[in-house]
Amino acid sequence: MDLLNSHLLSLILFAPTLGALVLLLIPKDQVGAIRWAALVASLVPLVLSVVLWLNFNAGAAGFQFREDYLWFPLIGSDYRLGVDGISLPMVLLTAILSPLGILFSFGVQDKVKAYMILFLLLETGSFGVFMALDLLVFFLFYEIGLIPMYFLINIWGSANKQYASFKFMLYTMAGSLGLLLGIQVIGLTLGSFSLETAIAAWPTWSGTIAGLPATTVRMVAFVAFVVAFAIKVPIWPLHTWLPDAHTEAPTAGSMMLAGILLKLGAYGFLRLVLPLYPVEAAAGAWVLALFATIAIVATAFASFGQTDFKRLVAYSSVNHMGFVALGVAVAAWTAQNGSAEEGILALNGAVLQMFNHGLSAAGMFLLVGVIYDRTHTRNLDDFGGLMPLMPVYGGLLLFTSMASLGLPGLNGFVSEFMVVRGSFPVFSALTAISMLGLLMTGAYILRGIYKTIYGPLNTKWVGHTSDISVREIIAWAPLGILMLVLGLAPNWMVSVINAAVTRLF
Amino acid sequence: MNIQPFEPSHLLALAPEIVLVISAAVIMLADVNRGRERKRELGVVAALGFGAALVAALLFTLPGLTADGQFGGMIRNDTAAFAFRILFLFAGMVTALIATDSPVIGKEGEFFLVLTGSVIGMNFMALSTDLVMLYLSIEASSIALYALAGSLRESDKSAESGLKYFLFGAFTSTVLLYGFSLLYGFAGSTNLYEIGARLGEAGVGGVPTLPVILTLLTVVVGLGFKISAVPFHFWAPDVYEGAPTPITAFLSVASKAAGFAVLLRLLLTVFPGYAGIWTGIIAALALLTMTIGNLLAMQQRNIKRLLAYSSIAQAGYILLGLAAYYNLNTDGNVGGEHAIGAVVYYLGMYTLTNLVAFGVIILVSRITGSDEIADFSGLSRRSPGLALAMLVALLSLGGIPPLAGFFGKLYLFAAAAEANLLWLVVAGAINALLALYYYLIVIKVIYLGQPKDEATVPVSRPYVFALWVCSIGVILVGVLAGPFVQIAQAAGTNFLR
Amino acid sequence: MTFPFLSVITFAPLVAGLGILLLPPERKDVARATALVTAAFTVLLSGLLYFGYDQAAGGFQFVEDVAWIPQLGIRYHMGVDGFSLPMLLLTGIVLLTGVMISWGVEDRAREYMAFFLILSVGVFGVFAALDLFLFFFLLEIAVFPKFLMIVVWGYPKTREYGGMKLTLYLFLASLVALVGVLALYAALPAGARSFGLLDLAAANFSPELQRWVFPLIFGGFAIMGAIFPLHSWAPDGHVAAPTAISMMLAGVEMKIGMYAALRLGVYLLPEGAKFWAPVIVVFALVNVIYAAYIALIQKDFKYIIGFSSVSHMGLVMLGFATLNPLGLTGAGLQMFSHGVMTALFFSIVGMVYDRAHTRMLPELGGLMQRMPWAGIAFLVGGFTSMGMPGFSGFVAEIPIYLGLWQGVALDPINLPGFMTTAWFFPLAAVISALSIVITAAYILLAVRRVFFGQLPAQLAELPDVSALDKVALGLLSGLMIVVGLYPAIMAPLVESGLRPVLQALGGG
Repeated sequence: MDLLNSHLLSLILFAPTLGALVLLLIPKDQVGAIRWAALVASLVPLVLSVVLWLNFNAGAAGFQFREDYLWFPLIGSDYRLGVDGISLPMVLLTAILSPLGILFSFGVQDKVKAYMILFLLLETGSFGVFMALDLLVFFLFYEIGLIPMYFLINIWGSANKQYASFKFMLYTMAGSLGLLLGIQVIGLTLGSFSLETAIAAWPTWSGTIAGLPATTVRMVAFVAFVVAFAIKVPIWPLHTWLPDAHTEAPTAGSMMLAGILLKLGAYGFLRLVLPLYPVEAAAGAWVLALFATIAIVATAFASFGQTDFKRLVAYSSVNHMGFVALGVAVAAWTAQNGSAEEGILALNGAVLQMFNHGLSAAGMFLLVGVIYDRTHTRNLDDFGGLMPLMPVYGGLLLFTSMASLGLPGLNGFVSEFMVVRGSFPVFSALTAISMLGLLMTGAYILRGIYKTIYGPLNTKWVGHTSDISVREIIAWAPLGILMLVLGLAPNWMVSVINAAVTRLF
Repeated sequence: MNIQPFEPSHLLALAPEIVLVISAAVIMLADVNRGRERKRELGVVAALGFGAALVAALLFTLPGLTADGQFGGMIRNDTAAFAFRILFLFAGMVTALIATDSPVIGKEGEFFLVLTGSVIGMNFMALSTDLVMLYLSIEASSIALYALAGSLRESDKSAESGLKYFLFGAFTSTVLLYGFSLLYGFAGSTNLYEIGARLGEAGVGGVPTLPVILTLLTVVVGLGFKISAVPFHFWAPDVYEGAPTPITAFLSVASKAAGFAVLLRLLLTVFPGYAGIWTGIIAALALLTMTIGNLLAMQQRNIKRLLAYSSIAQAGYILLGLAAYYNLNTDGNVGGEHAIGAVVYYLGMYTLTNLVAFGVIILVSRITGSDEIADFSGLSRRSPGLALAMLVALLSLGGIPPLAGFFGKLYLFAAAAEANLLWLVVAGAINALLALYYYLIVIKVIYLGQPKDEATVPVSRPYVFALWVCSIGVILVGVLAGPFVQIAQAAGTNFLR
Repeated sequence: MTFPFLSVITFAPLVAGLGILLLPPERKDVARATALVTAAFTVLLSGLLYFGYDQAAGGFQFVEDVAWIPQLGIRYHMGVDGFSLPMLLLTGIVLLTGVMISWGVEDRAREYMAFFLILSVGVFGVFAALDLFLFFFLLEIAVFPKFLMIVVWGYPKTREYGGMKLTLYLFLASLVALVGVLALYAALPAGARSFGLLDLAAANFSPELQRWVFPLIFGGFAIMGAIFPLHSWAPDGHVAAPTAISMMLAGVEMKIGMYAALRLGVYLLPEGAKFWAPVIVVFALVNVIYAAYIALIQKDFKYIIGFSSVSHMGLVMLGFATLNPLGLTGAGLQMFSHGVMTALFFSIVGMVYDRAHTRMLPELGGLMQRMPWAGIAFLVGGFTSMGMPGFSGFVAEIPIYLGLWQGVALDPINLPGFMTTAWFFPLAAVISALSIVITAAYILLAVRRVFFGQLPAQLAELPDVSALDKVALGLLSGLMIVVGLYPAIMAPLVESGLRPVLQALGGG
């Protein structure tokens, strides 16, 4: 157990990669073996993550399960890993969603081997971001996750996949360019890329770069960071890549995109932007809050206007991530201007919302995928009254939609409430407006449900459409259970988050 | 230099020339005794004669550095003379071999006889240290060459070539003779070293500068013709094109080298005190010669004319080395061993290289009947060996390692750099680029073009031998340059002291 | 006298090449096998040197030193250090993979293999030469095989033009540099004149001399590295060349230019380097951005790669211009990384062209279905090209950017004002970083148009790449990933090789 204890994070991180390597050795036509091996490979990190969760000491300060090895000594970048209360839920989320995605992807028939390998690599990339304690290692995993995602969209996506994958890649690369430059500046001035060194020294660093004073440099770098993560989250108006990418991606790809990759951006705000740029973040908080509000309201309307079911869900992601951004904005403002209580509450809500949205978005995409697999259309107008044909499916869709909509008793309500509650005293007007957005959320989700399972039955599906399969239910079940559990008893997670969040203030 | 009166042992210094005279006699006798169909062997006989003379030169004429004037100061058997004689003899031998199977001249006894005579004249050009001797040897070799250039009696072009060569030659020879007479007037002696000493005297008893410079100019003009330096080059392309190709080869290497031998001898022994002036003139000539030579060569479609202009350009590079002679070191001494060494080395390697090039041209034009570059099309498919030889020659001329041309150029450039003539190095480098362009075009035709005729080009045994020797020589002299540089440098030093 | 490793590596291909020429023309397989074995041998031997090099001791090792032309102070002097070893290894690898992917050449296969081997002689030797005469000697040995291989086996439409242009530009480049070297040679005191690298390095030339000679040497070699505005030979030449030659030219030959620009330029003339560095930045920036943009608008697959090389070489120059440890090391890594990457690219372009008989993007598409290995390898190269973390390009580019951030004009007198400001170098870092996005765009567009999308009907029966091709592709892609994930395998070595240069510059 020594290895397990000292290298638990590395094991979680590279278990999927190892699995991918094993997959390489399996002949291409052994589709069954490939699928199961991939599933097993993704279950290993899940088990280990549970172990991690159980062994995690929420009360202790700082990062735990640390690892630190030389990697690129020339530039002062090392392989540094560690987790705290903010990253731990994200690691868990990744560990949960990946096997589900793989399980759902058992339906993929084309190039199964490559698909599974890419999926596992995507998992490693996501883990890496959440665990990295070195700016460059962070960046490495942040970028490397793009590659499998690019392919998942490009190869297994739907009609417009070429355009979507290209747009996705270029947007995120362009965004990360500023991030890279910012990281370079930090690493260079501090002589190390260690995240902890940076957190300790960067906010108070005073020197000049390129003849510019420290405050200016920090401001510029701050903007670069924010833009990079804002594209990833995405925050209005930098969100336009998302509907395309999500819509064109294969179902499991959308699950991972919405469930995990979007969290990378939000996580970047929490992990890097807030600690590294407290002053600048406080100054820019209202802008962020404004954009978050616009995102919530505007995308809710946009979502309402969609005729493509998947696009509807995609816009809802932007909408939900808006609350995360709002929470971050509150935290940024309060950390410098007092009323920490609200900030802590909002930030707790934001982290929890990240987790919750991961569950519900993954669930929604999964269910959209289920119906698409049967009808080969996503056009809402083509559906209608499917409830009698697919009763189980209808039930699950209803349940998930309610979680997404924020029905009390399910998970979404808890986190959104925490965010709104925290932000109201700080950004009263904006919060009020975003509440209106919540109303629209209800509207578009209900419209989606109405158009699919209720309303007049579109008779052309009679006899053509089977109900959801057991495998798909199994893939959905953990999500549903967690939605319920976190709705009713969120405390086991909030306590972990809270301990870490509090230390930010 | 000590001048020694004649002793019988001095005859040993002329052993190669004596061998050549004997060889000439043998050729004459053999010519008379054979029918036309068997005259092919005459070329081999002549080549053997040159070979024997080479051996004699190596055995008997290896000089020490303190060579004295022999025959009462008429000649001086020094390393410089040694190096040039080896060069002339070698060129003569190869020319004889490649002329052997030529349709017209290969069957003419006189041709080989006159060739031998010409080489004797050249040898004396390298040896002479006396104005009279020098002039006689120049004329001896030149008149032979006029005859050789015109020796294709049926060809108008050849006749024109011979006449043109003669007219130009006679005119410049007169100029040279005029200069010689002035030198005698200044010094009251015909011995070059004595003249040099006299001109070197400063003050009241010394010779005034202006007339000396005028004399210097006559020398430069007279020999500029021989080495085909611009602007005395007009004869070269026509003569090269019209003359029988083996003679073109011979003209382009041996005659040029002989011209340089005399030029070096005169400038370095007679005018060393005026080096500051003549290096300037030579530098200007070098720039003109290589640039114009290369620019004109680029436009040629006839391979012989191309090589004619290329050989003009090559003379420019060599002049560049000569211009680098005047080299005031940081300690105030005149250097220049590298400069003259480079000139000698370059001449040697250029001789080897150009002989290969002409050797191949002769063969190809013999079966295609013309000298157009286009006729080389696809040579690599017809005769890979010949193509390779031509490649070696052209790349060496272009200055590409491991061939001798590379080190030759580098040596010249290094010497020029040492003499602070960086502008000339730059000019030389630009010219090297221009030159590579047209050499590559020929190579491209050889390797890329489609052959009009698939038949291999017939090559006789002596020919193969000559080409092999020269080609391998080009590589060896380039890679194992050390010993050759040593000889060249010793020759250079010899001129100076 | 220890075993002459370097001479053996350098001349083994020559011996093998001449041997192949003596074979009867129809024994193509023997010729190929000989070439393969020879190439593998050189890789093995250079790998041995790579890992056998004593980093702690540093300096030049495996030295061979024999007098050659003593009259001019010319010696046969060879040795390698941390800066040249990766280049030696790179040459071996490109040679090996070049032979592998040329297995299918049928037209005069014997000569093809022989000349390819002979071409590599000069390349190997150049990286090991410690005498500048030897350096130029070996450098220009390659002129002829290069020219010949392009005009004989090249792309029929442009081979004559491309081959001539490339050869003359490269010759021009070496001549310009040669003039500079001769100036240095002549500047040594009479009697002590030498072409020895170490002799010249110890000579302490006056700053004035250094300032005017530096542009000759650095500039000359920069032409060989395709510096703007003398870069056009590279795309034209590389496109015209047969595949293996494109690999060797773009993969290694351009690196020779950069290698020599550092070893002969910066190392010998540190004061000159300090003076000119900001000017180099300007030119290199144009390279990086302009060439990337041109690559973006190309329709010919091979031209994209050709211009991408030009763009990446600009990054190397930027790294040199920083004159600090980070930038220089990054540039050294980039040389290796780009060498492997571009060899991979050209090999794939060759495979596509050999099968599809077109390189025009609109006529290609969906090749991932027919030749997945090539497609995946191209992507690995593409990610390296766009500096994606986890691939060697990132490892190389990060230090370059870091170096630029730190860069300052070290000799600010006489320079235009803007070059001496504190923001000049950092601004260059920001501008050049833009190329990452442009690169991503042209690479992804190429990937999309060639490997994804609709497979044209006439290409539907395209055969997959051969097993040997796969080995070559795997080898090249693997290297990029290994160096990308574990930079410590190369970075410290390169760093150690640059120590003397930095000392000459007056730093660490």
